[in-house]
Amino acid sequence: MTVEEVKLEVKANGGHGAKDQFPVGMRVLAVDDDPTCLKVLENLLLRCQYHVTTTGQAATALKLLREKKDQFDLVISDVHMPDMDGFKLLELVGLEMDLPVIMLSANGETQTVMKGITHGACDYLLKPVRIEQLRTIWQHVVRRKSSDAKNHGNDNDDSGKKLQLASAEGDNGGVNRNKRTSRKGRDDNGDDGDDSDDSNENGDSSTQKKPRVVWSVELHRKFVAAVNQLGIDKAVPKKILDLMNVENITRENVASHLQKYRLYLKRLSADASRQANLTAAFGGRNPAYVNMGLEAFRQYNNAYGRYRPVPTPNHSQSNNLLARMNSPSAFGMHGLLPSQSLQIGHTQNNLSTSLGNVGGMNNGNLIRGAHMPLQDSSNCFPTGPSGNSFANISNGTTLVPTNNLPLHSLEPSNQQHLGRMHSSSTDPFNSFVGESPQFPDLGRCNTTWPTAVSSSNVHELGQKDSMSQPNLRVNGPKLEPLSSFTEASSQIPLLGNETHGQVASLANTALPMPFNQEAVPFTYGSSANSREMLNNNLALSNSGINSSLPNLRIDNSVVPRQTLDGGNSGGGVPPLQDCRIDQQAVSSQLNYNNDLMGTSRLQRGLSGGLDDIVVDMFRPDRADDGVPFIDGDWELV
Amino acid sequence: MECYNLQRQAACLKRSLFDQGYLDEQFCQIEDLQDEASPNFTEEVVSLFFKDSARLMTNIEQAMEKNPRDFNRWDAHMQQLKGSCYSIGASRMKNECTSFRNNCGDENAEGCMRSFQKVKREHGVLRQKLESYIQLLRQAGPAETATRPGCA
Repeated sequence: MTVEEVKLEVKANGGHGAKDQFPVGMRVLAVDDDPTCLKVLENLLLRCQYHVTTTGQAATALKLLREKKDQFDLVISDVHMPDMDGFKLLELVGLEMDLPVIMLSANGETQTVMKGITHGACDYLLKPVRIEQLRTIWQHVVRRKSSDAKNHGNDNDDSGKKLQLASAEGDNGGVNRNKRTSRKGRDDNGDDGDDSDDSNENGDSSTQKKPRVVWSVELHRKFVAAVNQLGIDKAVPKKILDLMNVENITRENVASHLQKYRLYLKRLSADASRQANLTAAFGGRNPAYVNMGLEAFRQYNNAYGRYRPVPTPNHSQSNNLLARMNSPSAFGMHGLLPSQSLQIGHTQNNLSTSLGNVGGMNNGNLIRGAHMPLQDSSNCFPTGPSGNSFANISNGTTLVPTNNLPLHSLEPSNQQHLGRMHSSSTDPFNSFVGESPQFPDLGRCNTTWPTAVSSSNVHELGQKDSMSQPNLRVNGPKLEPLSSFTEASSQIPLLGNETHGQVASLANTALPMPFNQEAVPFTYGSSANSREMLNNNLALSNSGINSSLPNLRIDNSVVPRQTLDGGNSGGGVPPLQDCRIDQQAVSSQLNYNNDLMGTSRLQRGLSGGLDDIVVDMFRPDRADDGVPFIDGDWELV
Repeated sequence: MECYNLQRQAACLKRSLFDQGYLDEQFCQIEDLQDEASPNFTEEVVSLFFKDSARLMTNIEQAMEKNPRDFNRWDAHMQQLKGSCYSIGASRMKNECTSFRNNCGDENAEGCMRSFQKVKREHGVLRQKLESYIQLLRQAGPAETATRPGCA
């Protein structure tokens, strides 16, 4: 970047009036909840002749940044803050505003520093901060700008993209970043990643002055929708750009944003385990939750190992949940969720984990599926998205096609749930297969299912990665599993218990089908009665399921699922669970999918973590952040 | 110590604080930041620190009462307090904070109690001494800011 460019940048940024004096007058936003530290930091920065704005709250910082995006050059943020995790803020700033962010903490452990790096920090300073360290932070700003300029110049789709990817890899690898620990202006490694990101971000070829493209919530939403539509695997900037159909952004902008998004998703999936608020999100009480739930799920899937929902005896609950799930809001959210979740789980990892388990379906499908189901929310999945959700289930798809499982709608979330289902036991399924009559409504499912179930698919589903992933899979076959569940009861200890009910409930929501089961399932408790329960569930009106789908339900069922996953030898968790994946179900499933345990925790956590992110990103209205979605009792296995 | 005038007294006090490990060089940096633009910076930071740290310590105390054995919570609070200590250079207090956090890590409630008492004690002592110091500085007048013999 030439001096002129710097100057232009400075000017463009609202100028400090000291065009030639950069870094003097560089505009820094400092965020730290500790007033003592903040005050000291402020003065240190002033001593370096920067222009300083301080705030003790991350939320305020975000607000400031959003309102005055062009008025800051650099953000310095503490890691430990009460209202929002510093890393989250870091991600959001990186995604939305693409400003260099420096993390600050008294904690200098390698993992924490690494985390900062992987979240995109361009530097990590240890408290107490010395003024010498602050004197050189301006280099991050310059570096970012110059990489923008450089990338912009060299850009062509492929190379630019590759560069980004490479950077992303580098970032993720953290190898380079390790050197950062010294923190003293050694941002070469870190900046490489940043550079490519930045360069794409401001792809305004017409002028040297690159106006920052701010990824507003709307824009990001479109982006996510486009990515979902294309499939995370196939999402390339050019196509995304075309789909988005927005003016004033270039392929480079999209590419860079995509890179960040992938990182973000990856991180989310990695953080899933920490998000115990999934349950909260699960409730689907408000879109935020749902979204969160999904996300949480995703995360859960990935991260949770064992979350075992305790069977919740009340159907009503499930009914309610299901109902809720079916509710427009739920769906709406769902719709949002998928994208969101997709977004979050955008990273390949996420998708694959949650969805992928199923059968290796690719995330792309899931995502797509996810969208679809939402629309259907109310239908059991007659149309069944078919491909996506079911696919998850086990490669197989045998389940899927046969069933038409409503899972369709569930897909996105279902997959997760579903996944769980099958995992538990293929056998149950098989047994179930015979039953068929169980689910009148399922009918479709039943018939098809049994066949499907009997197939190894179910098995596969179950197998899919230890439950955690199942969510995705289950979608389609959900219906079936239910029946199988009942059969399997003995086989599927888990299923019998909660899962059945849950599945049913889930399914119900998704499917009008008479998943009365749901009512029953909850009662199940004992595996032996799974069949009965299933039957019962089926008997229950679908409505029940809808309501019952409550996140918790799924949780319960989740448990079974889990066991299915793990324990069932072959039972293969009945995909039924998945079938139900109603939005709520899905989310709930997500919750309990695989990790069952994690789910509720996830939800909780999610609401905390993802919630923040999601909410921040999309700013959905959050009725209750803390509302636990899962009503059931979850016990951590 | 033979400190004749206020300035000397202030300087002596500061030096002793450093020698005894109550303060570390971060405090020097704080004093460094005091200039014409912020003539009372040191005093402001010190009072801010004590106000905030008192609050944090109350939080910790409450957490220890209401959330027994919730080590994560305790640790989180203490992390904040420790960060503050870092910023001002409160060395001994910071060490006690560290040992508290170690006890949290070991899930040693007894140890935490003890450490916390030590933190409180250090906090009290430091507060006293720094208040005296600030007093002396104030009395000594602005010229005092120029001399910092105690800085390590």
